[in-house]
Amino acid sequence: MTQNIEARVNAGDVLAIVNTHQESHGSLIAILEDIQERYGYLPEGALRLVARTTGRSLVDVYGVATFYRAFSLKPRGKHQICACLGTACHVRGGPQVVEELERQLQIKRGETTPDGEFTLETVNCLGACALGPIVTADKTYYSHVDAAGVKKLLKKAAASTAPEPRPQEAEPGHTRLTASNM
Amino acid sequence: MNGMITLTINGLEVAVEEGITVLEAARFFGFPIPTLCHMEGLSPYGACRLCVVEIGEGPRARLVSSCTYPVENGLHVRTASSRVIRARKMILELLLASCPQSKIIQDLASAHDVRQQRFRQEHETCILCGLCVRMCEEQMMAKAIGFRGRGEKRSIGTPFDMKSAECRMCGGCIYVCPACQLRCTYTEPDKAVCGGCANLAPPCLEKDGFDDMMCYMTPCVACELPKPA
Amino acid sequence: MMPLNSTREFRRYQAGFAAARGRRMLVIPAGTCGRASGATELVEAIEDALRQTGLETSLSLRVTGCHGFCEAEPSIVVAPEGVFYPRVAVKDAERIVTAAACGDVVDDLVWQDSAGLPVPLQKDVPFFKKQVRTLLSRNERVDPRSVETYLENGGYSALVRVVEQGDPRWVVEEVKRSGLRGRGGAGFPTGVKWDLLAKQPRASCALNGHGGKILVCNADEGDPGAYMDRSLLEGNPHSILEGMLIGAYATGAAEGVLYVRNEYPLAIEHLDIAIREARELGLLGHNILGAGFSFDVQVVEGAGAFVCGEETALISSIEGRMGQPRQRPPFPIQKGIGGRPTGINNVETWANIPPLIEMGAEAFAKTGAKNNSGTKIFSLVGKIKNTGLVEVPMGISIREIVEEIGGGPSTDAPVKAVQTGGPSGGCIPVSRFDLPIDYDSLSRAQSIMGSGGMIVMDERTCIVDVAKYFMAFLKDESCGTCFSCRKGTQRMHEILEDVSEGRAAPEQLELLEELALVVRDTTLCGLGQTASNPVLSTLRYFRDEYVEHIEHKRCRAGVCKALISYSITENCTGCLACVKRCPTGAISGERTQRQVIDLEKCIKCGTCRGVCKQNAVEVA
Repeated sequence: MTQNIEARVNAGDVLAIVNTHQESHGSLIAILEDIQERYGYLPEGALRLVARTTGRSLVDVYGVATFYRAFSLKPRGKHQICACLGTACHVRGGPQVVEELERQLQIKRGETTPDGEFTLETVNCLGACALGPIVTADKTYYSHVDAAGVKKLLKKAAASTAPEPRPQEAEPGHTRLTASNM
Repeated sequence: MNGMITLTINGLEVAVEEGITVLEAARFFGFPIPTLCHMEGLSPYGACRLCVVEIGEGPRARLVSSCTYPVENGLHVRTASSRVIRARKMILELLLASCPQSKIIQDLASAHDVRQQRFRQEHETCILCGLCVRMCEEQMMAKAIGFRGRGEKRSIGTPFDMKSAECRMCGGCIYVCPACQLRCTYTEPDKAVCGGCANLAPPCLEKDGFDDMMCYMTPCVACELPKPA
Repeated sequence: MMPLNSTREFRRYQAGFAAARGRRMLVIPAGTCGRASGATELVEAIEDALRQTGLETSLSLRVTGCHGFCEAEPSIVVAPEGVFYPRVAVKDAERIVTAAACGDVVDDLVWQDSAGLPVPLQKDVPFFKKQVRTLLSRNERVDPRSVETYLENGGYSALVRVVEQGDPRWVVEEVKRSGLRGRGGAGFPTGVKWDLLAKQPRASCALNGHGGKILVCNADEGDPGAYMDRSLLEGNPHSILEGMLIGAYATGAAEGVLYVRNEYPLAIEHLDIAIREARELGLLGHNILGAGFSFDVQVVEGAGAFVCGEETALISSIEGRMGQPRQRPPFPIQKGIGGRPTGINNVETWANIPPLIEMGAEAFAKTGAKNNSGTKIFSLVGKIKNTGLVEVPMGISIREIVEEIGGGPSTDAPVKAVQTGGPSGGCIPVSRFDLPIDYDSLSRAQSIMGSGGMIVMDERTCIVDVAKYFMAFLKDESCGTCFSCRKGTQRMHEILEDVSEGRAAPEQLELLEELALVVRDTTLCGLGQTASNPVLSTLRYFRDEYVEHIEHKRCRAGVCKALISYSITENCTGCLACVKRCPTGAISGERTQRQVIDLEKCIKCGTCRGVCKQNAVEVA
């Protein structure tokens, strides 16, 4: 079960991530984003390692990790279900969709199902307002969702292959302001 | 480098040293401004908003926290305009609504004629003034505790809510905390606890280390009680 | 691609693409919205059709970003005539291809007016007719993954013009003369901001030096309901780069950061491609176009915090910290990222710069209203027929947008209000729809322009519920530092919850207002200062709804669950449509008989009312 197992943190990977972003803008935030991409969440061991290698206090690193909604300190499920609660989606019945998702998955928003299949999150706007209410399952967008369509949506999501966390490698990624680019 | 700055406080034109805050300037001239998250020796934080004063003129006049606002030439400051008083009273109501047991807050409230509050009563043990965080970082050089989360979920504690390697059990955080002042003087002995162990929601202080802590509360009813087994 | 070392080399290179202009092509918008509506499948279908009919040599396909008419996607535009096909089904791909090849129109697939007559040209379709699409028209022509299409459409000509003119002061004056105001919400005059930044001491401005001036593109579009920045970034990333290059030239900045919220993965992807291409062409880097100035940029991803759209919190975030706002003065222009002079502008502001330079300040100032020149993109969403992004001249009335462009309400319930400015804005009731849309009129009406979100609400939207929704949003997004904001938003939400659940006492309404005013007065940053707007504006215009909730325990819009119950009227024909869709199985009855709702099971989700064709579901 994903929830009870802390990811094995590879110190080399974390160090590589730290080195990539140390000097750039965003630094710590960019580092945490990559770590989360790698492990699916922010393992405690990784955060401690980041503090040690960046020279930032653990209090700062933990503070940043808990301030931003994109970061999760707990392992997440295989499938990320994200329901939009932006104003346009709200006015079109978004909250009812969220309630139905909670009911179907038997968890509250922010939680992961005990079998590790689904994590349910809400987001404050995905920017696809004309198509609301919107729910994303992994990277797929579902539009005009209503409470009655939730069951089918979850079935589809469960059947899709979840994206694997990307192993850290030298990848195009974000073009950075590094000495080599100048 | 330290020139003089001329500004007007409550109609009085004054000259002060460059680099000080409006709070320091006002207090120097005897104008009272209440504060909660401010403490001499610690950097100003501007969280409690009690020290707000009105600056500027006409429609552009606005309220700013005097503890963080540096003096400027030509500034017009009003430390007790009706807008300021209204703001202070509401903030005090909100404070009482969250943390009624704090003697400091109670004293501030009664000094400003706020004797009741109209919100649902809560009993929070922390008002997030950040004094403990600044004490730990700036005076004790430990940085064992800090802010986490944001908005409603903001709190203070150690990373991962675990015992901190940086914490030296100095008790400084308890010393400066305004929320726990009253706890030690509870009138019912069996309810008395020293702010130290129960109040700071923390994790950095284990209850069995209590004996080793320096407690600054005297007299403290808790010390006179038989220790729990 | 080789770096272009002079404006002459650039012109020669650009001329090579001009020939492609005016070619007949099928344009399909495939931004995030388009893809969610099936644009990817349509693209494949068109590609197949082109291959099968052998028309791939005479007719090309261009996949672009958002055009704005999201309601009608997936759509196809046939350029250069501008024939518009809304909501195209995959099966119709071939018909459209064959018609386009000979300049024909498929009448039954184009837009139909209310009389059922075909309206083939986009410019005649009501949604587009009153728009002035300075920025969005470019989205229609450019493939965001290819700088060649940008160049084909005159891209980077404004930069060349600026460089050839040779005087950074001239650029600042042009922007000032144009009257362009920041499109992120505050409406600060852009020219003045650039002037202040240009006048900051130069210090060390070497690329990658740590003392120089720095420009920021604020793409942390956090207002729920607003997505124009996403469309500009996804659809025309080079336009933002060009705007920033011109800004760098004018102010002496050598470094730029584009802070994009992480909820916009496609925008980030397209920006990365565009930056790479611009670097290859030498348009980013050292000694750009041989003009002796250098500029390069970095993309920084946000991590999910609305407050980071506020300038000083944005700076904190770029510095790798928690997004906590800071007191001003000092202003970002004086001391921003790492203490450096920092010029922050919104995506739409940057996107306006190239057209501004191309058409000239005077021409730019002619569009729009006095002191509010130019166009603004609004996201028209909610209970409106034609949802999407609309680009209109400032000064147009709300009524024109809602009725003529938007086509009126999407259901039978009449329009009640529009909400502008997101969580920092307010609701404007239908009685004030003749108000012109500009910065000043909106703030006088107790709202703000904000980033341009315009959410249409009808009689089935409860105003108290809207205020409560925004307060829930704000108390979650508040950074939590200022006691007045953190506790104030919590307590305002608490009172609004009491009101919507029928527990509130009349005195709580006064308390709400008092509290709202203090939160506005005492908070450090814009989030807290404007947090009261949803409350104060709804109290100003819809006080009777609040009073109704409190004194009569009634929610006339039928939204506040504690105050309503669902029932089925005699209009019911027993078709069982609602029974099938009810998530809790609360409806029962015989076929062709009037159905009954079990109130214990009913969760008031509204699905039954949504599917009932007989108008038999009553909410009271």
